[in-house]
Amino acid sequence: MVGGGIAGMTAALEAAEAGAQVYLVEKNPHLGGRVAQLSRYFPKLCPPACGLEINFQRLRDNQNIRLFTTAEVEELRGGPGHYQVRIRRDPRYVNDRCTACGACAQVCPVDRPNPFDYGMSTTKTIYLSHEMAYPMRYAIDGSTCLFEECGKCVAACPYQAIDLQMEAATVELEVGAVIVATGWQPYDARAITNLAFEHHPDVITNVMFERMLAENGPTEGRVLRPSDGSAVRSAAFVQCAGSRDRLHLAYCSGICCLASLKEASLLVERNPEAQAHVFYIDLRTPGTYQAFASKVIDHPRVRAVKGKVADILTDPQSGQLVVVADDMVHGGMERTPVDLVVLATGMVPNPGPEGPLGPDARDAFGFFEESIGGEGLFAAGCARAPVDVATSTLDATAAAMRALGVVRGVRVEA
Amino acid sequence: MSPRTGVYICSGCSIGESVDVDALSSVAAAEDGVTVTRTSAAFCLEDAQLIAKDAADGVDTVVVAACSQRVNRQVFRLGTTPVRRVNLREQVAWSQPARAEATQALAEDLLRMGIAAATRTAPATPYQDDHLHSILVVGAGPAGLSAAAAAADAGYEVTLVDRAPAPGGFLGRLFRGYPSGADSHLQDLQLESLLERVTTHAKVTLQTSTAVRRVSGQPGRFRVDLDHDGQTSEAEVGAVVFATGFEPAPDQFFGRYGLGELGDVITSVGMEEMASRGDIVRPSTGQPAQRVVILACDGPEDSANLPYVGSVTSMVALKQAMYVHQLRPDATVHIVYQDMQTPGLDELYYRHVQGQRGIFLVRGQAGPVRLQEDGTLTVPVAGSVLGRELELAADLVVLQVGMVPTSDPRSGAQSSLHLDYLQGESLPTHRAGFLDSNFLCFPFETRRTGIYTAGSVHRAQDLAACVRDGAAAALKAVQAVEKSAQGAAVHPRVGDLGYPQFFMQKCTACGRCTQECPFGALELDAQRHPVIEPNRCRRCGICMGACPVQVISFPDYSVEMLNAMQKSVELPEDDDKPRVLVLACENDAYPALDMVGINRLQYPAHFRTIPVRCLGSVNQVVVADAIQRGYDGVVLLGCRSGDNYQCHFIQGSELLGVRMDNVRETLGRLALETDRVQVIETSIADARALPGKLTAFASEIALMGPNPMKGF
Repeated sequence: MVGGGIAGMTAALEAAEAGAQVYLVEKNPHLGGRVAQLSRYFPKLCPPACGLEINFQRLRDNQNIRLFTTAEVEELRGGPGHYQVRIRRDPRYVNDRCTACGACAQVCPVDRPNPFDYGMSTTKTIYLSHEMAYPMRYAIDGSTCLFEECGKCVAACPYQAIDLQMEAATVELEVGAVIVATGWQPYDARAITNLAFEHHPDVITNVMFERMLAENGPTEGRVLRPSDGSAVRSAAFVQCAGSRDRLHLAYCSGICCLASLKEASLLVERNPEAQAHVFYIDLRTPGTYQAFASKVIDHPRVRAVKGKVADILTDPQSGQLVVVADDMVHGGMERTPVDLVVLATGMVPNPGPEGPLGPDARDAFGFFEESIGGEGLFAAGCARAPVDVATSTLDATAAAMRALGVVRGVRVEA
Repeated sequence: MSPRTGVYICSGCSIGESVDVDALSSVAAAEDGVTVTRTSAAFCLEDAQLIAKDAADGVDTVVVAACSQRVNRQVFRLGTTPVRRVNLREQVAWSQPARAEATQALAEDLLRMGIAAATRTAPATPYQDDHLHSILVVGAGPAGLSAAAAAADAGYEVTLVDRAPAPGGFLGRLFRGYPSGADSHLQDLQLESLLERVTTHAKVTLQTSTAVRRVSGQPGRFRVDLDHDGQTSEAEVGAVVFATGFEPAPDQFFGRYGLGELGDVITSVGMEEMASRGDIVRPSTGQPAQRVVILACDGPEDSANLPYVGSVTSMVALKQAMYVHQLRPDATVHIVYQDMQTPGLDELYYRHVQGQRGIFLVRGQAGPVRLQEDGTLTVPVAGSVLGRELELAADLVVLQVGMVPTSDPRSGAQSSLHLDYLQGESLPTHRAGFLDSNFLCFPFETRRTGIYTAGSVHRAQDLAACVRDGAAAALKAVQAVEKSAQGAAVHPRVGDLGYPQFFMQKCTACGRCTQECPFGALELDAQRHPVIEPNRCRRCGICMGACPVQVISFPDYSVEMLNAMQKSVELPEDDDKPRVLVLACENDAYPALDMVGINRLQYPAHFRTIPVRCLGSVNQVVVADAIQRGYDGVVLLGCRSGDNYQCHFIQGSELLGVRMDNVRETLGRLALETDRVQVIETSIADARALPGKLTAFASEIALMGPNPMKGF
């Protein structure tokens, strides 16, 4: 299983609980991927940590799974039933003696921008990604650590868990099937120049907004304007920031409508005066999600406008952000002044082990085929298509079953 | 043989700086049955071997007083020897002031509670019975065929039944499929290849014209009565996949468009049949249809329709526009829709169709279809993007009808497994007639263990998704048979071996446990006493919480254990040392408490926490006894109930509410403040809110003053 987000973790657990021996390879020091960074799931508005906790306990209790963190697949050879996989494990600089007591972080002098909070906070260069990190072991960011020049953490650690000399290592594995679940990353909002992401601190992306909503995020769940820390009284949710746009992403990112409706509902719940404006082309809330969408839109402080946002401007006098949108129902351009703009940036498949999988493994947008080059290699979750969590977990379970079929190899003709 | 308990107290991770570990050792050594006490600066490292060695030398119960039970589980796993964890790190050293008297008292109480629990833990003996590895798949549509093929490929014998005379399900009624991803061509449905995969597989037995009349038993051994055109037969299987598909929404939902009255108004299903015949015509005359209007039926005025709008509907509308385009290139097609539901890569097909000559997309709400004098139709469209009402002339109007799962009572072709379960013969439905419960993280966390739904009875989804869903459900079925063979639980307490035992002499045959079990694991015998089907059980303990006479217990979890833990806490009579018992759900509340400590936040030291499997497993006797013993308060910390419940045992927090009403009634009779017992709804994300909630409770208790029952 390549990728330890919700899809990869689910595939690993489901296959292992059916009796397969599983290797789970994750490039970050901790599992959970993008879902660990979300504040709530739609439509139940429940915290992703709840399901992650169960999955982490399933991982702790399962002896069929071997986990490699800070690891990436470098080479893949062979075929269905007999792949040889070469994995590179980058140094974590913290070994498995770490108890997560935190003595190291207390003495670490280096702050680094925290990618888990999309740069909205800092951590020490020796860090846990978040308070529920799995494995519960610190890691050192090699790009910011001062190493021997400093060494304070080494001295502070009571358990000899820090090894600044740790080097990359290679692991060779033999496996019967491979599932690629390398996930996604947000589309680079800077590329959509008319949406002013780079020009105003109060224009943020939806993934940043999730961190703001998260109790373990930079504002501990309070919705504040980044420019001055004041409570947000009005926010615009700009759909299709990059998606459904030939200049950016031709496809629809699938989840943003529901994500924004969820975020709008959390905004009006947390900030009792706040008004949410959702600008959309089509509200894509398929299936039973419709009920959730209607409930959010019917809220007196949520306004849904069918119209594409053309510009985000700053009023030169007041400094106020103004969203200019083409109202497709009533006609004409409408201008909405707001405190905060949240861009629903699209999902871009992560770069992953394409080299090892061959040049034809991906489509023009970088998504993997569901069954990559025949039996034995499968893609699941957002590596396959932009999908929500419910689809990812289902997808992953299906991929695990197909992998199990290959591993057991019991195809018998009647 | 008297118990030999080893107690291992860690001083690492600042526990040693926070509390007096030697004093803790003395406390442990004074407890009955404790034969070994050891301390270490880090039991999770080399000294873990000391514990293993003691276990090998005869210590039969281990108490590790160190970090939370949530971490280092692999380190402190000792085969079948029960290991109880006492949380001195997250919930003491990291969340209480160091070296305070109250902190030490908390640690000592937690240690005594852990020892009390450990000495009431018996090794679990797995349930063993004859078991089968075969799988029954009900429904031979795309999901069922996929499930059958996947299970067979993984080595399991599959019986695939369908009540229709031929397999294929709804697929047999379709003309073409829509593409996915960047492909823009109409797709062959590949029914033949799906069928071939199954019919040529030595491990699959396909029985058509066969209905399920009854399913009884449990995972590992379900007994199934089949009816093959009046001939009955029996089968035994280890697990079941239920994939009986959907029926189109009934015609009466679409009366406003003249369906059934106007001959040239047809449904999307009718359109598939028409396209299969090779031409697009007006059914009333047989003449070519040059102007086709497709209505998505997804607007606010379609509220009589289904409460959900599938992405399938939009994609089928686009696909059928292409049928017209290909079969009758000079015809025009208008698609009237409210929101084009083509999420993800489906957008690419939308773009493709949008660009075709003669196909027009009109956003708006269609009104009643009218018959013109010349026999053609007009469709009024309001609320269009252009802002004015349109009139579309049509030779043929196609209505996109929704999918009603056959599990929905409104479905004309309702299907059922006819479960021989006390709780009823249907699989419990959740939203809009679909059969599932937690549909996000765990899409197969259903209420009937060993029975998994796939395809259109699971959720509204398209062909490709149904095929995936079938394979996924098959995997859950495989897990169910494998775990049943081991006598172990499936998700979420995977691998748990102990199952409820009943002390029948005291059972009053009230039947409450059989009603409250979320999984229907309990049946009644002739004397109306409960009988457990262990492989249906998910080990939540809700039955144990339900029993008014406390006759239900697990080898490693019991009312007796919870009570013993509660009783091992010292209750000082000083007014400034209130004691509050906390029963915390171990999936949400307990981790949240841990994270309070991980963030080094503090809360009053009055609380004595017992992790419980589910709040539903808390018997009201435990709470009532605690109050009568003199606890100043009891807090039940658990997840949200109601429509958006989070309980992974479905209704634990819901049931708890009712039981606590009873406890409060008891408090009232004892002339005690009913607010001494409170259910505090919490979530795993609440680490920062919890100290405030607990402090507020402590203040309320302070206002009430000490429990007058204290010392009696």
